[in-house]
Amino acid sequence: MERIEKVVRQARAAFNSGRSRSLEFRIQQLKALERMVKEKEKEILAALHADLHKGGPNAYSHEILGVLAELALTMEKLPSWAAPQPVKKNLMTMRDEAYINFEPLGVVLIIGAWNYPFVLVMHPLIGAIAAGNAVVVKPSEVSENTAQLVADLLPQYLDQELYPVVTGGVPETTELLTQRFDHILYTGNTAVGKIVMAAAAKHLTPVTLELGGKSPCYIDKDCDLAVACRRITWGKYMNCGQTCIAPDYILCDPSIQSQVVENIKATLLVRRESLMLWELSPLQRRSEFLELWLLAGVLSTLFLLSPTILTDVSPDSKVMEEEIFGPVLPIVTVKSVEEAIEFINHREKPLALYVFSNNKKLIKRVISETSSGGVTGNDVIMHFFLSTLPFGGVGHSGMGAYHGKHSFETFSHRRACLIKDLKMEGTNKMRYPPVSQKKVDWTKFILLKRFNRGRIGLAVLALLGVVAAVMMKNHQSVLKRKALLVVLAVQRLGWPSGW
Amino acid sequence: MERIEKVVRQARAAFNSGRSRSLEFRIQQLKALERMVKEKEKEILAALHADLHKGGPNAYSHEILGVLAELALTMEKLPSWAAPQPVKKNLMTMRDEAYINFEPLGVVLIIGAWNYPFVLVMHPLIGAIAAGNAVVVKPSEVSENTAQLVADLLPQYLDRELYPVVTGGAPETTELLTQRFDHILYTGNSGVGKIVMAAAAKHLTPVTLELGGKNPCYIDKDCDLAVTCRRITWGKYTNCGQICIAPDYILCDPSIQSQVVENIKATLLEFYGEDVKSSPDYERIVNKRHFKRVVGLLEGQKIAHGGESDEASCFIAPTILTDVSPDSKVMEEEIFGPVLPIVTVKSVEEAIEFINRREKPLALYVFSNNKKLIRRVISETSSGGMTANDVLMHMMVPDLPFGGVDSVPPVTDP
Repeated sequence: MERIEKVVRQARAAFNSGRSRSLEFRIQQLKALERMVKEKEKEILAALHADLHKGGPNAYSHEILGVLAELALTMEKLPSWAAPQPVKKNLMTMRDEAYINFEPLGVVLIIGAWNYPFVLVMHPLIGAIAAGNAVVVKPSEVSENTAQLVADLLPQYLDQELYPVVTGGVPETTELLTQRFDHILYTGNTAVGKIVMAAAAKHLTPVTLELGGKSPCYIDKDCDLAVACRRITWGKYMNCGQTCIAPDYILCDPSIQSQVVENIKATLLVRRESLMLWELSPLQRRSEFLELWLLAGVLSTLFLLSPTILTDVSPDSKVMEEEIFGPVLPIVTVKSVEEAIEFINHREKPLALYVFSNNKKLIKRVISETSSGGVTGNDVIMHFFLSTLPFGGVGHSGMGAYHGKHSFETFSHRRACLIKDLKMEGTNKMRYPPVSQKKVDWTKFILLKRFNRGRIGLAVLALLGVVAAVMMKNHQSVLKRKALLVVLAVQRLGWPSGW
Repeated sequence: MERIEKVVRQARAAFNSGRSRSLEFRIQQLKALERMVKEKEKEILAALHADLHKGGPNAYSHEILGVLAELALTMEKLPSWAAPQPVKKNLMTMRDEAYINFEPLGVVLIIGAWNYPFVLVMHPLIGAIAAGNAVVVKPSEVSENTAQLVADLLPQYLDRELYPVVTGGAPETTELLTQRFDHILYTGNSGVGKIVMAAAAKHLTPVTLELGGKNPCYIDKDCDLAVTCRRITWGKYTNCGQICIAPDYILCDPSIQSQVVENIKATLLEFYGEDVKSSPDYERIVNKRHFKRVVGLLEGQKIAHGGESDEASCFIAPTILTDVSPDSKVMEEEIFGPVLPIVTVKSVEEAIEFINRREKPLALYVFSNNKKLIRRVISETSSGGMTANDVLMHMMVPDLPFGGVDSVPPVTDP
């Protein structure tokens, strides 16, 4: 516990030293991470296999490839992401520099989850390093092999003080959460999400919460059922259903329910041999195992390890209460898309929502009449893989988002910067006391681009003259002098008293 | 209390009806707001004067003009802001449509502050309506006239169920915070900010907290002191120092300290005349509690100018303190009053170190002809926003995001 406080203190001191800020340093660290992932591929795959029974090819696709892609993208784009972003100016700030500066926040805490234990720690870490922060990494203790590997590997490749790894369970996490961070990204469930946010509130630490929910999957009658069901089967049963954006349950018309079942069965069959090898991963804890058994209401334990489909499920049953996070797929029948939309809207906003239909209008309708973290139409999971789309939840499924540039921005402070000079003080007269109606009218013109014709017609001309002068950079010095003369003339002419 | 629960429930039912979602509806509501501001200008100015002794032209510029500008901008840009934003695709998604869809969150809670009681409720309200949400508005009870006016006016112009106003103090706010919202925007101090965020955590409600802090103002030796001090004087003493982004204190070399004082004194004369108390442009402290708090900060300080006060009218004269010790009370909390301490530092390095030892402020100011020095201060410090060679102005650029970073030291609550 003392160690945790020390580790965070060291990370902060390391951040305050300023060395994590330069682009060169950040890219160097990201390169080292890339080397780590490539050199230690075997060890990473072994840990994932030990934790989740994830087969080599699967683990590689799901966890390693994504990380390498994110690293490559980030290293390529970082200079442009990190560059100050000029903003549109108004009349008042025409001569000034106005931009958003992207700055590191300080010390970031990343709390990983156990279902994709490597990628869910690495993705945020990449963004946090790219944004110039120090990062304390807390992998999930449930996936203990990956946690231990991350704790062993990161110090071998990265700056040890800036990016420490803290392992442990609830006591260690609780202790960590008493420390002060500048941002916390947590991946996990809603209940712990509330605890994380409450702890963060004590330090006014902003949070990104990647939570879960029951991601609905609506299958329209008008669609290619074979293809739809193959895609759903893939997304549902990968990692034994333990994917935060897995289609949790299906909504479809009763008339196609049995076809849906047949198609899913057929898809599962095709992969049966490989299924035995790598799809059937042991669920994480005995208690979850038992819970799923209860949810499924099925007596045979043998049946439970394999992909399960439930039909004519009642909306009030236990399996429809909480996020399943397992290989059990309930089908709830609905008579229309209206009913489906109503069903979805009666429940908490999910992390993902899926619609299968050839009818684009129907898809757009479902999107516009529901809410979810993200949507994929006519497929599942895939919005996760496009890094230009922000990945995150809404309502109980989370807050904030990341991936790609969104990670960079999540872990940055967007600082508003306005750089003026000390010249042209005359133009500021309108804002200073003593206040008068004339000054107010002038401000009104500047802000609203409207004016009372009679009173400040001349002043408008003067301003336009100044505007033109300022715009023509080639003859800047000459025109500046002329503009100043115009301003002086107007001052002398226009505002004898109230200014 | 029961009423609060009912009001929120009605707002949610109204949101669920879907009527706040269409662009036409949103723009119609914004137009109604615009009519309200124009038609009720007199009443709004009267309330602001009653609450803060804000003179008509001042109040108009600070609170009404800004709102009209935001309304005009929002109504003009809304169709483009609300349109789905296509994103760059990759090989896998080449044939697909990929975009970010902007959708309403649901029911938003806006908690206003008392120092700019009208604009700090209106600006967020405009954004929340524009985004298609229902909005519960809770103006600050400290600025009670404006709060009551907002409660009277909004129902006359806007959809009553979608945009209710809840008035009251701490008990009502506490009750409100037990309700579930889809976003809460709070403007105020960090003590209450923590309470708001903790309450929001129970419902996993995202929050936007506009808090405060001690906004440093570094004056380099290489700058036009007269212009610099005029701009600082304006930003510091407007609204009697009760601006969240007012320059809180000055950092400068000891060799220019007295010049700074002289220049500010000269500007004060220009702005308010000999008898500040009788200037219609000089505001008052909002209430006795804050009056006592600010006057208390003067204890043991070297008063280079000002220091006069009158409790009956909550008047505190524009005050400058020199050679202030970094450990004194006036350097602990956000001043939020017309007291300007000057702390001397021997170099920009010392200034940067001084700033970094403290909590990240909402705003930071640097005055220098040396652009390199300005960039250096920016890159070696952190703050919500900053303006170089002026004060307050970064708030006036609509495309610059306005907000803070990290937490700030607690201030006595309003």
